[in-house]
Amino acid sequence: MTTTSLTSSRGAGRAGDKVFSGAALAAGCLILAVLFGVALFLLIQALPAFTAPASDIQGGKGFFAYIWPIVIGTLIAAVIALVIATPVAIGVALFISHYAPRQLASGLGYVIDLLAAIPSVIYGAWGAAFLASQISPAYDWLADNMGWLPIFQGPASATGKTILTAGIVLSVMVLPIITSLAREIFLQTPKLHEEAALALGATRWEMIKMAVLPFARPGIISAVMLGLGRALGETMAVALVLSSGALTASLIQSGNQTIAAEIALNFPEASGLKVNTLIAAGLILFVITLAVNMVARWIISRHKEFSGAN
Amino acid sequence: MTSTLTPARKRSALTKGQLPKFAPYVVLAVALVLGAAILALIGFNAFGWGLLSAILFAAGLVGWSAAVEGSRKAKDKLATCLVMGSFLIALLPLISVIWTVLVNGIPGIITPGFLGTSMNGVTGVFDNRAAEGTGAVLGGIYHALMGTLQITLLATVISVPVGLLTAIYLVEYGNDRPLARAITFFVDVMTGIPSIVAGLFAAAFFFAIVGPGTKTGAVAAVALSVLMIPVVVRSSEEMLKIVPNELREAAYALGVRKWRTILKVVIPTAISGIASGVTLAIARVIGETAPILVTAGFATTINNNVFGGWMASLPTFIYTQILNPTSPSNPDPSSQRAWGAALVLILLVMLLNLGARLIAKSFAPKTGR
Repeated sequence: MTTTSLTSSRGAGRAGDKVFSGAALAAGCLILAVLFGVALFLLIQALPAFTAPASDIQGGKGFFAYIWPIVIGTLIAAVIALVIATPVAIGVALFISHYAPRQLASGLGYVIDLLAAIPSVIYGAWGAAFLASQISPAYDWLADNMGWLPIFQGPASATGKTILTAGIVLSVMVLPIITSLAREIFLQTPKLHEEAALALGATRWEMIKMAVLPFARPGIISAVMLGLGRALGETMAVALVLSSGALTASLIQSGNQTIAAEIALNFPEASGLKVNTLIAAGLILFVITLAVNMVARWIISRHKEFSGAN
Repeated sequence: MTSTLTPARKRSALTKGQLPKFAPYVVLAVALVLGAAILALIGFNAFGWGLLSAILFAAGLVGWSAAVEGSRKAKDKLATCLVMGSFLIALLPLISVIWTVLVNGIPGIITPGFLGTSMNGVTGVFDNRAAEGTGAVLGGIYHALMGTLQITLLATVISVPVGLLTAIYLVEYGNDRPLARAITFFVDVMTGIPSIVAGLFAAAFFFAIVGPGTKTGAVAAVALSVLMIPVVVRSSEEMLKIVPNELREAAYALGVRKWRTILKVVIPTAISGIASGVTLAIARVIGETAPILVTAGFATTINNNVFGGWMASLPTFIYTQILNPTSPSNPDPSSQRAWGAALVLILLVMLLNLGARLIAKSFAPKTGR
């Protein structure tokens, strides 16, 4: 709209300035409005589920009895993903930033970014068709040898479609997120600190332990929290991999469910109050991930002010 | 066992107490042979061989280093092994996923008519015949491919102006005002919105505005825009920030107005980065499944109208073909189609990623003039 006034003569310039800055401001405000609208419209559509009589909600015991097990299931899957992904991601980030030859580093970073580029539905299909069947012997072994732990209680699922498999697939998906952020932070370590450590005779690992990791700790924490946000909200990997059911403590039996997968599996056929219930579940997920992301971003922004001194 | 391999030749006093340069290779060779030997006794498989060899390699190298160089160097070696090992572990799923999609997808994609037909009229009867070997696997992904392209195109048309203008506001007009800071913060928060919540938002929005049960391609495009806008804002903002201030000042000094400076100087300088950022954003949303599932439904027929009727897309096609096979008793033809579609989708995403890199390279502003 502003480009038409490009060719017109004098006087149009000032109007063009106003229109252009106004458009830019409007676009910025639109984004805030959209985020506000997400919360507002979810709340409006979710209200009937909160106010409906308990017997009308799926399960017949009210909304919170319905949502509670799947919130726990979501947390279990996300925690499994983080426990697996965090050490590997930090290792990969260190490899790219401090171990790999300089010429290779950017190429290796691109390879890890490819992991993030693969669509989630393909991870889900891979988890269901390949990983689940390959990993079920390991579950049998866990059930036989570690079965005294409640989380590895047998009998193991014969298909391997368990919350642990879903967690492993999720860990692959959050790995590139944690890696890329941790890599950025590791590269920001003041060169002088590293060189001072090396000059004092530290080995490379001691240098990393003394100079890099303490510097990067807030960054790593926020990277892990952003990974947590992704793992909480990831849908397809869980919907395709997990054969869902009631909340169970055992990670190697079928059972458990996550919010996102519950919505994806039921929303297309839902009608009436069920739609409101699922949107309410989405609202809960939104609130949880929003809180996690805001804390993570707050840590990053606080860290930025400190690192400005370098 | 390994310490017997230490060479007997005289060493300079400077390199005393260090492992020889070839030590890792020797240990690797020993670990590979030993791993193969142990696995030959209990049944050989490639994954176990790799894993066992890696453990033997790390243990051998660290043990040897501890004996010759002392515990500090040994810890350093252990850390190196762990860091390299974690990189190799990260590569495993990537290779495995790509391999699985290639092996399963190629039979689907070379089926005649796979790219050119829809699933209209393809029922379980045909799939049962195909599974018995008395008929071909019918049906294809044309409708899903068209749906994906239209939905993504509409989402791009919505997101790019909004995202780019916001980035311009943040860089050129924001001046670190509270509003600009709030936008930056909430854009960051928006990148973390779960994709299914974005889908639910678009669904809830259109349910409230148009009427309950509204599911069209346009609703899906709105949902994808919610996911795409923050990505576009972030990448464009980064690119606009690195445009040198001298260019802007030179334009102002010549009396050019701010908006013309932005349109004629700043954006052309940054266009390569912006274009590649937009391409990456498209690559991100083109594979999103959950938001399309809850906003556009799934169709088996070709629907070229994004504003009316349910619409198929590649990700939801894969999802439904795997979860609800066309013929429940013979899921093989359905899974063949799903993997074919997965291969097409991965190729699309990879092409977009590659395109982004090429754009960034070829349209980069010429410097040094």
